[in-house]
Amino acid sequence: MATPVKVHGPPLSTAVSRVLACLIEKDVPFQHVPVNMAKGEHKSPDFLKIQPFGQVPAFQDEAISLFESRAICRYVCEKYAENGNKWLYGTNPLAKASIDQWVEAEGQSFNPPSSVLVFQLAFAPRMNLKQDQSLISQNEAKLEKVLEVYEKRLGESRFLAGDDFSLADLSHLPNAHYLANVADRGEMFTSKKNVGRWWGEISSRDSWKKVVEMQKQST
Amino acid sequence: MAAIKVHGSPLSTATQRVLACLYEKGVDFQFVSINMAAGEHKSDNFLALNPFGQVPAFEDGDLKLFESRAITHYVAHEYADKGTQLLIPGSNKEAAVLTLWQEVEAQQFNSPSSTLAWELFYKPFFGTATDAAKVEENETKLGKVLDVYETRLSQSRYLASDYFTLADLYHLPNIQCLLATSAKKLLESRPHVNAWVKEITARPAWSKVLAMQKQ
Repeated sequence: MATPVKVHGPPLSTAVSRVLACLIEKDVPFQHVPVNMAKGEHKSPDFLKIQPFGQVPAFQDEAISLFESRAICRYVCEKYAENGNKWLYGTNPLAKASIDQWVEAEGQSFNPPSSVLVFQLAFAPRMNLKQDQSLISQNEAKLEKVLEVYEKRLGESRFLAGDDFSLADLSHLPNAHYLANVADRGEMFTSKKNVGRWWGEISSRDSWKKVVEMQKQST
Repeated sequence: MAAIKVHGSPLSTATQRVLACLYEKGVDFQFVSINMAAGEHKSDNFLALNPFGQVPAFEDGDLKLFESRAITHYVAHEYADKGTQLLIPGSNKEAAVLTLWQEVEAQQFNSPSSTLAWELFYKPFFGTATDAAKVEENETKLGKVLDVYETRLSQSRYLASDYFTLADLYHLPNIQCLLATSAKKLLESRPHVNAWVKEITARPAWSKVLAMQKQ
């Protein structure tokens, strides 16, 4: 029997949860390895060997190690193409190209402003750090513009890349979850008809519910 | 008439990323210049090609795409047997190293290098004042990223393999901007990074992209 893959990092980390969601969608057995970030374990020489940027997640599949959550997800989908959700990364080149396009849009357009907001609104208060109001307004405005594009797209298509839930939608779950549930910005999604419908669908997937459960149990 | 069309601007780093890939692959394409000064990238026609109103947009027959990294990924796979081999063929494990360093470019290198390019290269073009604090902050960030690259490039001739791949290509546009500014010291002061920069910017396909800016 093949050794289960390993995912290093706290489930509360948005990038770690992206990988966990993908593994669960694909029904790939994995071992979760905690990393004590409060103690700086992610900057230890041993950890830097598998993630030279000292960030989470890191990932291992037998002899190979990988980092960057979106690269890990793509690898998992390619290697375990026949497992679990077969449509997660498309079953033909055109579907894959559309999914890649929207994963890039997530990484380039959705992630930067939503990450700032998640940090400012969800994490900073918990870390006793002062919030930066102008950074918050700037990024709310940026994110609004992105969601307007999504509103139009999701009026034409059930999910971002096409008719099936894909890596492109999954990629959004970690930040969107914190925005909606911890940062009190759910209205950014629910006030828009198509985005609201989409958010409702993707956030109620079984795989995501399992990740949220892992997050709860880790606190 | 070429089935492939690229809509964009020769000055746009993201457009250059796609052009570099097409020249490496030696595939015919038609370049459609978008007049950004006149706001053409926000016109309804263009928004139908890229709903974010950004360049580039791309067509290959019926297929329409945006996001330069998705476009280049598609081109590299679709035309895998033409021109330069930009991918790592073989097992998923071997190919994963390429995906990894593509993500590193997008997630680690792109942000600080884009900010520096904007502050030090583009703003002077438009006669706007540079923000010194932003420059300092991003030089520090980029320095840390390049430290990781220095180690990596001391072990591997190119980022993902011992030959030039998409992962290296992705860096060309921002690197070219930085070389024209004071931030070039970040690249020149690291010997392995410096050698790699010199190699990748000397590629003939990249010279063709730069030549388009002179038209």
